[in-house]
Amino acid sequence: MLSKAIPCRLWIGVLLFLSLTVRADWEVNMTPGVTEVSQQIYDLHMIIFWICVIIGVVVFGIMFWSIIAHRKSLGAKPATFHESTTVEIIWTAIPFAILIGMAIPATSALINIYDPSESDLDIKVTGYQWKWHYDYIEEGVGFFSNLSTPTDEIYNRRDKNEHYLLEVDEPLVVPINKKVRFLVTANDVIHSWWVPEIAVKKDAIPGFVNEAWTIIPEPGIYRGQCAELCGKDHGFMPIVVEAKTQEDYDAWIAQRQEAAAKERELRDKVWTLEGLMARGEKVYATNCAACHNADGSGIPPAFPALKGSAIATGPIQSHIDIVLKGKPGTYMAAFGSQLSPVELAAVITYERNAWGNSKGDMIQPVDIANMQTAE
Amino acid sequence: MSAVLESHDHSHDHHGPAKGWRRWVYTTNHKDIGTLYLWFSFIMFLTGGCMALVIRAELFEPGLQIVEPEFFNQMTTMHGLIMVFGAVMPAFVGLANWLIPMMIGAPDMALPRMNNLSFWILPFAFALLLSTLFMEEGAPNFGWTFYAPLSTTYAPSTVTYFIFGVHIMGASSIMGAINIIATILNLRTPQMTLMKMPLFVWTWLITAYLLIAVMPVLAGVVTMMLMDIHFGTSFFSAAGGGDPVLFQHVFWFFGHPEVYIMILPAFGIVSQIIPTFSRKKLFGYTSMVYATSSIAFLSFIVWAHHMFTVGMPLAGELFFMYATMLIAVPTGVKVFNWVATMFKGALTFETPMLYAVAFVVLFTIGGFSGLMLAIAPVDFQYHDTYFVVAHFHYVLVPGAIFGIFAGVYYWLPKWCGNMYDEKLGKLHFWLSFVGMNMTFFPMHFVGLAGMPRRIPDYALQFADFNQIASVGAFIFGTTQLLFLFIVIKTIVSGKKATAEVWDNPEGLEWTIPSPAPYHTFSTPPDVK
Ligand code: HEC
Ligand SMILES: [Cu+2]
Repeated sequence: MLSKAIPCRLWIGVLLFLSLTVRADWEVNMTPGVTEVSQQIYDLHMIIFWICVIIGVVVFGIMFWSIIAHRKSLGAKPATFHESTTVEIIWTAIPFAILIGMAIPATSALINIYDPSESDLDIKVTGYQWKWHYDYIEEGVGFFSNLSTPTDEIYNRRDKNEHYLLEVDEPLVVPINKKVRFLVTANDVIHSWWVPEIAVKKDAIPGFVNEAWTIIPEPGIYRGQCAELCGKDHGFMPIVVEAKTQEDYDAWIAQRQEAAAKERELRDKVWTLEGLMARGEKVYATNCAACHNADGSGIPPAFPALKGSAIATGPIQSHIDIVLKGKPGTYMAAFGSQLSPVELAAVITYERNAWGNSKGDMIQPVDIANMQTAE
Repeated sequence: MSAVLESHDHSHDHHGPAKGWRRWVYTTNHKDIGTLYLWFSFIMFLTGGCMALVIRAELFEPGLQIVEPEFFNQMTTMHGLIMVFGAVMPAFVGLANWLIPMMIGAPDMALPRMNNLSFWILPFAFALLLSTLFMEEGAPNFGWTFYAPLSTTYAPSTVTYFIFGVHIMGASSIMGAINIIATILNLRTPQMTLMKMPLFVWTWLITAYLLIAVMPVLAGVVTMMLMDIHFGTSFFSAAGGGDPVLFQHVFWFFGHPEVYIMILPAFGIVSQIIPTFSRKKLFGYTSMVYATSSIAFLSFIVWAHHMFTVGMPLAGELFFMYATMLIAVPTGVKVFNWVATMFKGALTFETPMLYAVAFVVLFTIGGFSGLMLAIAPVDFQYHDTYFVVAHFHYVLVPGAIFGIFAGVYYWLPKWCGNMYDEKLGKLHFWLSFVGMNMTFFPMHFVGLAGMPRRIPDYALQFADFNQIASVGAFIFGTTQLLFLFIVIKTIVSGKKATAEVWDNPEGLEWTIPSPAPYHTFSTPPDVK
């Protein structure tokens, strides 16, 4: 009997050990995070947790003791007491006192989180269905941040990578040891910007600008997700924050500013048909050829030909619409948020004038940009 | 004339129900209507449960396998709406119909025809709601809390069906509540003073007041949505000068009392059952009544604890945090009273008692996580994660649902005259207990580790616990078919029950034969 029991227990022990070490996946608790605020919240969480555990042990202890000792089958005779004002007062007063003890640190943490003092850097965070837009207000840099997990991984056609669903094309970059203020709002429905490791969760509400702040003490990559149901792809709009040292951050922002200036210049200039065609050919090759084929012949029946297609040779507005907004329920994605106005104008113009399509018309990047801001 | 009188007398003599479908459609008998409510609620429970299983099946593994995100959102929304408005609330109204007249020595409900109406509009409400699943744009997909503008400007057109469905459900609840209040206040047997009423009656009286206070608010908020969608107003649309946060304030002013509407009657049930199987009077009857009343009062001033992250001013956060923490005090008193009732009793553990004990333990765990959620700064990390999902399922499944199961096992012999199969009842309990904990306990972990709620797909580190939860959900779900089997078996072929059924239970309902005759207490009974 005994000799059987011991190996069994050993096995359970080994399994438990393995599950705790090898599989870091069995995370059961809140992250203490990396900021002072996140640490403070974590401490509060642990205090209230242990208070609950202790109360639970006492109450359930008495209860289970009754369950075990006061059974009728053991010959227990019921007592007759059923009232005691003293006891009632005691067990009203004690929880009350505990709660006051809990409310004090909670209040001071809250006051700290609501700290209104000056920030070093202001970033406007805007929630869109289903991506985030970041605006470095003073620096004049802004960009969208999209989920970058490939569809094939989501639909199980390919192995999922380590950061599955928690990766973006353009992370939010912030300097360390600076007070960064987030001005959080939304463009369509309510979203919520949440990064657990810096303990910032603020609802992004259309028509409102909410404030939140953080000071990240060490460089690193911190991942989060939209936390408020915002429609179909609510589960697919992650947040990635990259904290860099001041020099790295400065270099990054300078590079972004330069690129933005160039992009603006390109966007605002008047393009020739040739210019757009040349640029469009490249954009087409990297973004569209996979489905529509390099020569525009498509891969029927799933992926239609663009050569001679009704849309590519019809009114330009419906052509623009399908490229910008995609076609829900098909593989045709909304490229409006994935490509820049220059790229969009180029690829649309290209499609209308390549492979024997010869509409001869074109669309200027600046017009695309205007359409997008009007939406 | 004399013929009319005669036939009137005739029906009075026999007290029998009408035959066939007319009995159920035309009935004004509180027992029949109670039965209708209970069966309706069980059908809705299975329907909402199937939707939960779709959700859990999709979440069994990371990646999208079974349903698309769009349909997933419809499932979470419909699951919530159906469980709250279709399963839990009608079940409690059904229990109230069956039990309140029998417990207070009344011949029937005070407003029997309205009683019929308040039940029979419900199937239409849910037919409207469920029909949206078969429409081109699909069912409502904005969560059971239907936050604007996702539920207005950005909603599928079927939202209008949802709005009318909610209006009808609200009308039904308000009528039910009026009826219950009228019955309790007017039809008690003369010797039954308020402070002699069984606790189930007390908790329902308070619940009914909550219903009358907040269902109109719900009706108001969906009407404002209707106006925004179809009549060009902008209550909730920022673009038109409206305020999306206003929606949340109004919704939760209804929504928070609503969660107490779903738990107070269960408090009452458990307060009836624990004394019976402890063979000891309920400890602290008076304090139970006061605690329930204070919980009901506090439930009106804590609503914004669902909204700690919307960007309220500091003073608002503090007020709602303190008020919410305060609810722990009367709730604690109730739990302590139940434990004190069991203390030094002579306990036995028939199925109703098992469910009642599990209720106390697991509801308390849900209460603990509720207390944690009340701490506003920490809620910034918990909010809208699976920790919240774990919390409210702990108060609703082993709270409301186990309370209902306990009540059904406890009173079923009185209703149908037959005893349920104790072995099967215990099997049902243990399978439900294991399944339920397996489903919802791991949700605490993934929530704390950072998994947001209402997502159809998740990052890899949440995979293991989600798998356990999904297995648990299927255990819990299929176990409920066993419950159906047990109930039918009891009705069809259970052993005859005595009038008392249990060992010396307290209450007027045990003084009448089992099954309870079609009409009871035509003359007011005496109360000790
Ligand atoms: C993943 C595959 C895929 C990629 C990549 C893709 N498309 Fe498509 N595209 C489709 C499919 C499928 C349709 C047909 C949608 C439908 O059912 O109407 C389509 C339709 C179109 C149409 C309308 C054709 C017609 O006449 O109906 C245009 C124009 C178009 N795509 C342009 C583009 C452009 C520009 C790009 C690159 C920026 C691109 N597509 C990339 C799959 C793709
Ligand atoms: Cu979102």
